[in-house]
Amino acid sequence: MTALNPSGWRPEMGDAACAPEGAGATFTGNRALHLEEPLLFEIGRADHCGVDFDEVAGSPLAGLALRAAPVDLPGLSEPEAVRHYTRLSRQNYAIDLGLFPLGSCTMKHNPRLDEKVARMPGFADVHPLAPEGTVQGALKVIDELAHWLVELTGMASVAMTPKAGAHGELCGLLAIRAALDARGDKREVILVPESAHGTNPATAAFAGFKVEAIPATAAGRVDTAALIARLGPNVAGVMITNPNTCGLFESDLKTIADAVHAAGGYVYCDGANFNAIVGRVRPGDLGVDAMHINLHKTFSTPHGGGGPGAGPVVLSEALAPFAPLPFVKPGTDGVLHLIEEAQGAEMAPGAFGRMCAFHGQMGMFTRALAYILSHGADGLAQASGDAVLNANYVLRRLEHVLHAPFGATGPCMHEALFSDDGFAEGFSTLDLAKGLIDEGFHPMTVYFPLVVHGAMLVEPTETESKAGLDQFIAAMESLGQRARAGDAALKSAPHFAPRRRVDETRAARKPRLIWTPTEG
Amino acid sequence: MRYLPLSEHDRGEMLAAVGVPDVGALFVDVPEAARLSGPIAGLPGHASEMAVERHMARLSAQSLTAGEVPFFLGAGAYRHHVPASVDHLIQRGEFLTAYTPYQPEIAQGTLQVLFEFQTQVARLFGTDVANASLYDGSTACWEAIAMAGRITRRNRAVLSGGLHPHYVGTAQTMARFTGDRLVTALPTLGAHADEDALIAAIDGETSCVLVQYPDVLGRVPDLARVAAAAQAKGALLVAVVTEPVALGLIESPGALGADIVVGEGQSLGVGLQFGGPYLGLFGCREKYVRQMPGRLCGETVDADGQRSFVLTLSTREQHIRREKATSNICTNSGLCALAFSIHMSLLGGEGLARMARASHLRAVQTAQALTRVPGVALVNETYVNEFAVTLPRPAADVVEALAQRRVLGGVALSRLLPGASDLANVLLVATSELTTDEDIATLVATLGEVLA
Repeated sequence: MTALNPSGWRPEMGDAACAPEGAGATFTGNRALHLEEPLLFEIGRADHCGVDFDEVAGSPLAGLALRAAPVDLPGLSEPEAVRHYTRLSRQNYAIDLGLFPLGSCTMKHNPRLDEKVARMPGFADVHPLAPEGTVQGALKVIDELAHWLVELTGMASVAMTPKAGAHGELCGLLAIRAALDARGDKREVILVPESAHGTNPATAAFAGFKVEAIPATAAGRVDTAALIARLGPNVAGVMITNPNTCGLFESDLKTIADAVHAAGGYVYCDGANFNAIVGRVRPGDLGVDAMHINLHKTFSTPHGGGGPGAGPVVLSEALAPFAPLPFVKPGTDGVLHLIEEAQGAEMAPGAFGRMCAFHGQMGMFTRALAYILSHGADGLAQASGDAVLNANYVLRRLEHVLHAPFGATGPCMHEALFSDDGFAEGFSTLDLAKGLIDEGFHPMTVYFPLVVHGAMLVEPTETESKAGLDQFIAAMESLGQRARAGDAALKSAPHFAPRRRVDETRAARKPRLIWTPTEG
Repeated sequence: MRYLPLSEHDRGEMLAAVGVPDVGALFVDVPEAARLSGPIAGLPGHASEMAVERHMARLSAQSLTAGEVPFFLGAGAYRHHVPASVDHLIQRGEFLTAYTPYQPEIAQGTLQVLFEFQTQVARLFGTDVANASLYDGSTACWEAIAMAGRITRRNRAVLSGGLHPHYVGTAQTMARFTGDRLVTALPTLGAHADEDALIAAIDGETSCVLVQYPDVLGRVPDLARVAAAAQAKGALLVAVVTEPVALGLIESPGALGADIVVGEGQSLGVGLQFGGPYLGLFGCREKYVRQMPGRLCGETVDADGQRSFVLTLSTREQHIRREKATSNICTNSGLCALAFSIHMSLLGGEGLARMARASHLRAVQTAQALTRVPGVALVNETYVNEFAVTLPRPAADVVEALAQRRVLGGVALSRLLPGASDLANVLLVATSELTTDEDIATLVATLGEVLA
């Protein structure tokens, strides 16, 4: 039997997936609009190409050793490529399709205006090393965005170059290290609450610090007394997420910050959850020395299936002198100047170095600036208010069917946290999450934070309408009841997704990370 | 506000369901003193789409864009033709607005793309495996140094003088805090990269040797020779590729003995974007895979036995391993990897070879034409689509003078290496398939004027 697709590869047809009640499996393995798509290497051909080039006269340089054969990669004509990627795209869930309540990830609507402005040639078609005078448009975007980030956070300055949140954490910790070095202080311990994102301890270790965990209280907050008791002459600083990963505001942050400062340390704030407070609370007023801002979260630059992000770091007066190169500095003449290595020795003697090549994530800066200007002061505060209201609405409407470990202590911020407490024997958070897939929603963040057993962290964001939330809540109620009752069908969910549960153990046991022609 | 679906009526109903009088009551845990009493200072109210677009267009117009003028800049960022379908496809909402594929049952699109991307990068680099991307070339370069340290349990890295100064600077920043020792050198101005000096710097404590290929002056170093010398001392060879299109014409680094190959993928699909977001490429030998940084996508099956893809070996990563992770990276360059992969799929190996050849032939034409300008001398004996020339006076001034005359003529090496006075007259010139006869003629004529 030859499949319609001439690729030579047919998807294996699982009986349950391909044969709903009363219908046979299809010949191709496709199911109407659900189209299986072979790998590029199974449909592409060496002599297919989707790009035409104009002939250029001349012959290659005589002294250059040319490769013996082209890189062994198949090509596709343009229609083949458009179909390949369009078909693949349809196997993804996305914000454009529906609610995506991933706690800590802030999956909200990505305005299409922001895509449009990012593609304006004065930002998109300029070279990072073009003469300063020719890139004033791009520099103005950096300068304007930097200004608003400083205003929104109440900090002294901002380092714009870090490329994502974790890179921003690194920038902040390096600034702390540089500040300590400048006063000849060898402190080497960073305190990290156990509820922290994994990037926090990983970053501290990557930057050469020793990491010590600080416990959480039963109320889901940092144990302030334990933290303060641990301060001393070898503690360089603390990394605190606020609002924290349990979805709660760290009310003691100012107290903690004062104690850390009194003990000679610095306060790093993980700004992943800034969306809850933007326009309403400024971290600078809470004693923070450094905080990264995930532009791909709070300011809604698209996640793109895993990146790119951008992680500018706002800095206090104490850390500002150590900010990395390069940065933009307005001149007296209204012209914006780039402070790079050539100017750094004079203009920024304390700069701790360079985080990466060039000037950071310009493509994200344009989008974030358009987002901030679109929302304005009122819109930003309304957005954080709606995000927090939506999360509290979910919390209160679901706590009768799902255990909310901190529900009794008061309102949450922009995330509602639930646990698997009360599920039937053998039923887990994973089962509920996979059931949510069948109901047409992306699962929430699962098994994080680590301090809550079977954690489910729901971040609806301000993007959701009340009607959308009501639908989600109804689905969650149904799934919660099924998990409590021990509905066996839930154990094998999802049933209707492009794939059933995927065998992760097999993938890790004998990794197949690239396609090889022997398979299939 | 066009992005917020809740009406005042909705909010009222929801507040009632929550049991609070107003949204302010939900911020009860924020100390009173830290709550802003009014709007953010100076930030106007919300703005219409047209108003924001007008503002941004006004800013955009203040740049001189690469497409408007003869353009010859490279030095780690290259302007190539990106097929229209690439930008169309990456804007499909299912790609653009998806998250990291942690739920594989509803993320097979992204995951299959990553698997294809990893295969493309591995074949381009000539490595056994490749990861699902890092931030950019410079951070990938540092990650390679850190990884080589884990593998060899040594912490002395030798960086060739031909390595991009921003990559060196990034590594120096990290090394300052991790205690790694970096041996660096300024580029020599010979027709060939100085491999003798590089090899002489390798000792029994060296974890890795980093060689940019082609190097920052565009020269093609003898990678196989350095690889053999490094490996003889128990060190790894890390090849750094800032212009992947060049590999359409010259041998892949892995085939020449590189143990780890890192690079900047921006040339394919991503565009200039004033330096970011770009795309960190990372490939290596299979035996080192458990020491790799960043996400990896692997093949497996689902419960019905259907081929499926999933993020794998995540016990290396920060969300599992925390302070013992191989890197702190989380968000990577997913959408740029998609753009790269689509562009590469449209090209195929033969299309890439044609693109590299066209870019190279434009470089040959440009180099020949420039050396006819009095006082201009070509440095390189080998190059693909970027080369260095020496000018009779400081290149930075010449670049400015050219820009005044609406020609973006190259990158002054002194912009990257401000301290090195004997490199002050070096201009880096890059070409691509976009370069035209008129561009070359205008560059040559204008440079002649400026130098006259």
